[in-house]
Amino acid sequence: MAMNLIAELEAEQIAELGKTIPDFKAGDTVRVGYKVTEGTRTRVQAYEGVCISRKGGATLAASFTVRKISFGEGVERVFPLYSTNIESIEVVRRGRVRRAKLYYLRARRGKSARIAEDTTYKPKKASAEA
Amino acid sequence: MRSGVIAKKLGMTRLFMEDGRQVPVTVLQLDNLQVVAQRTAEKDGYTAVQLGAGSAKAKRTAAAMRGHFAKANVAPKRKVTEFRVSPENLIGVGEEITADHYFAGQFVDVAGTSIGKGFAGVMKRHNFGGLRASHGVSISHRSHGSTGQCQDPGKVFKGKKMAGHMGAARVTTQNLQVVKTDADRGLIMVKGAVPGSKGGWVTIKDAVKKAVPENVILPAALKSHAEEAKRAAEEAAAAAAAEAEAEAKRLAEEHAAQEAEALKEAEASIDADKADGGDAPEGEKE
Repeated sequence: MAMNLIAELEAEQIAELGKTIPDFKAGDTVRVGYKVTEGTRTRVQAYEGVCISRKGGATLAASFTVRKISFGEGVERVFPLYSTNIESIEVVRRGRVRRAKLYYLRARRGKSARIAEDTTYKPKKASAEA
Repeated sequence: MRSGVIAKKLGMTRLFMEDGRQVPVTVLQLDNLQVVAQRTAEKDGYTAVQLGAGSAKAKRTAAAMRGHFAKANVAPKRKVTEFRVSPENLIGVGEEITADHYFAGQFVDVAGTSIGKGFAGVMKRHNFGGLRASHGVSISHRSHGSTGQCQDPGKVFKGKKMAGHMGAARVTTQNLQVVKTDADRGLIMVKGAVPGSKGGWVTIKDAVKKAVPENVILPAALKSHAEEAKRAAEEAAAAAAAEAEAEAKRLAEEHAAQEAEALKEAEASIDADKADGGDAPEGEKE
């Protein structure tokens, strides 16, 4: 008997959802196309900001947090990585950071909240960047 | 009233739906779920089925239980439970119940043994508020307050909520919705949490506070029935295929016969033409 049937079921569902997730990490600027339902019609809303955290690894429950400054106010949104509401994830800019979680950005404003661009980025695999 | 099932709690996960919803589900597994014994009105005064689930080592099973399982001609089970059923819904001994017993959308009650919390204080056990952080309270910030009145009644009433052992008790969660079933692997996914730890045994029954749906399988979704249906379907398919083949053969024969007929006719007409040809010149000569 498979000891970890839950992990098996999750892997199956990930395969079934058939999502192409680009290779991105904390520090990257991403644009998320999120489906919004208004009454009966749905449209795709773009949310662009710095990914400050990725959680959950390779599981179905994986999520990522995107932070942006909207009208002078810091806004953070947590997206489930495999949500069917996510139409697209696009990497706009690769950032060079030395932490996995960039929670220190919450206390920073303006110049000190900038992230240097990673100019040496290489895709891990040829197929990783879809 | 039909039988419930014994299931093993595997853990929780989520399902992403087409419309963007995420549904938290508990995965429950039916593991070799078989009828071990029947209780009948004549013999026992009530009607029920005794189900067994899981698999136990024969040498680790008590001799009495070994005999009990041997009588039913089933392998030793880990967990044995009785379910009250109405007499018409009794299930034969040795029959195996499948996950099709429940359908997606149906409501069920799930009962299990909750996770033990040990000796717990009143704040954790009964959601008391505790005492204040300051204003003269010393040491007893998480205690309960007064437990009663004064000389009259002069005692603490029975049932007063106090600190004590919490958890490790039988808990039933009612009206959980079945989201998905998988008969091949014996999985039932219900929306929400179910009492008990991972790997614990739970019982699933049709919800008592909802009307029993029309399309539930009576007396139960049995493996033997599923196999019978599958075999019947295969036989029907085979019969249909044989019939189709016979029909095709007959058509082919008919076609061949027609062709032969046509050929014969054509030959006959050619002969006739020849005969006509033979006559015509004579006619012309006249």
